[in-house]
Amino acid sequence: MDFSIAALLTQDGLTNGAIYCLLALALVLVFAVTRVIFIPQGEFVAFTVLTLASFEQNKLPGTVWLLIALAATVLLAEIVAYRKEPGRMLRAMAASALPCVIAAAIVWAVFAMQAGFALQVAATVIAVTSMGPAIYRLAYQPVATAPVLTLLIVSVAVHFVLTGLGLLFFGAEGARTSAFTGSTFALGSMNVSGQSLLVYAFTVGLVVAMALFFKYTLFGKALRATAANRTGARLVGISPNFAGSLSVTLAAAIGALSGLLIGPITTVYYDSGFLIGLKGFVGAIVGGLASYPIAAGGAIFVGLVEAFSSFWASAYKEVIVFTLILPVLLWRSFTTTHHEEE
Amino acid sequence: MSDALLEVSDLHVAYGQVEAVRGVSLSVPAGKIATVIGPNGAGKTTLLGAIMGLLPSHGAIRFAGDRIDGKDTEALVRMGMSLVPEKRELFAEMTVLENLELGGFARRRAGESRAALANTLEEVFALFPRMKERQPQLAGTLSGGERQMLAVGRALMGKPKLLLLDEPSLGLAPLITRDILLTITKLGETGLSVLLIEQNARAALQTADYGYVLETGELSLEGKAVDLLHDERVIATYLGKR
Repeated sequence: MDFSIAALLTQDGLTNGAIYCLLALALVLVFAVTRVIFIPQGEFVAFTVLTLASFEQNKLPGTVWLLIALAATVLLAEIVAYRKEPGRMLRAMAASALPCVIAAAIVWAVFAMQAGFALQVAATVIAVTSMGPAIYRLAYQPVATAPVLTLLIVSVAVHFVLTGLGLLFFGAEGARTSAFTGSTFALGSMNVSGQSLLVYAFTVGLVVAMALFFKYTLFGKALRATAANRTGARLVGISPNFAGSLSVTLAAAIGALSGLLIGPITTVYYDSGFLIGLKGFVGAIVGGLASYPIAAGGAIFVGLVEAFSSFWASAYKEVIVFTLILPVLLWRSFTTTHHEEE
Repeated sequence: MSDALLEVSDLHVAYGQVEAVRGVSLSVPAGKIATVIGPNGAGKTTLLGAIMGLLPSHGAIRFAGDRIDGKDTEALVRMGMSLVPEKRELFAEMTVLENLELGGFARRRAGESRAALANTLEEVFALFPRMKERQPQLAGTLSGGERQMLAVGRALMGKPKLLLLDEPSLGLAPLITRDILLTITKLGETGLSVLLIEQNARAALQTADYGYVLETGELSLEGKAVDLLHDERVIATYLGKR
């Protein structure tokens, strides 16, 4: 291996690592607020790529039907839950089902108008983000106080259901989206692609935006408060369902933005999200599902390991990446005190 | 009592088969301080948890005339009830200022202005000058007394009509306990209604207008606080000889 290959692999690793970093942050966020290990995180990434690719191929994205299906199921759930309280029923519907309906309309309108790339991107992000409240409402809200293990099993179920729906609405074909920029820059002897730079800039921007959100906004503080002390949060009027729904919605938005970044780099199938999300998960585990900076660093490390192992031992690429988790778990089991479950 | 802000009638709370609170009825008149005293394990904390919607219960609870049993804790906070729990339940990894700001979460969500909250913050700082000094400090690094001040301050940030206090003196030095109870007296004078739960019976009865004695889940005695202070049974069991 000479310097140019190492530089190329590093660039590749950092690009993927940046995307894993975003997913890792979303996983830490959802776990801290809800104690849910959010396995379906990767599905948001896949749905984003497939939606945008459908737009580019001039097809109506299957996302429209997926959103309508979600909205219909949520409506049914609210009717059953609040059949005796029509006022609360309508409020609940407005919070959980309405975003899906509006997003479906937007996707359809953007398709019908043959709108430009920017609007297609915006519609895609809105569509995927609006799945957050519906998924929280359907899958997690009814079991919000259940033990972590139950929540994990629910997550596995949600993952399989979403993957199945992905196959139904998007088909088995893989897709890739067009790059935001085709330009390359020379940095000494090495070429840096504009797409990679875009990924770095976007990731840094999003991490800064998240930090500002948590530090300065009321909702950001409410999420931190819920993560720090659930009872305390309820006592100041922060509903666990509000916080849970907000965190899953943010995770969906982060998934959508990650999808925009990864779409031009990798071919994504309806079930590709799992593996992508799992690499973010390895990063999140390094941070003990609690520390944002360590999770981010861990995820970037995962990207680098992946890039270099695909050069030296490409057949064992995934094995090497996922084996990383073993020493980390071992080390953590010796160094961290065990937290009793609430 | 028709002018009661909080009225609890025939409240039962059970943990599985064990009934921790059995048929308790009490009321807190508007602008008054009521206290529930009783030994460890009498069901005092359970009673408050049930009133605040943290535990399921049977029986009627009315706040300002409306039935509130079965409502979410968050809804009760919006209606004007604040609980300062026994364990404080502060946000340890957040600063004192952030804890206080979050105390006003429900009000901000209801559309109240930042200025209105800033006013309440100044009132809390006037009540607890120590909190003003400690603003940037993490809540987890405060001393026991300061944590209690912060917990009360956070509850007051919600501008409650009714303040529920669970063992505010627990684990605090006598001087600090006195300070906290003096503050509660002051708050009562501003028209705030308070339900105070205390093991320290003498201090509680000196602070309150009306008192209840809770023993093994049932009320055994009630009356004006001054009368209870001189009641022979209360003296024998809870106050001891001076």
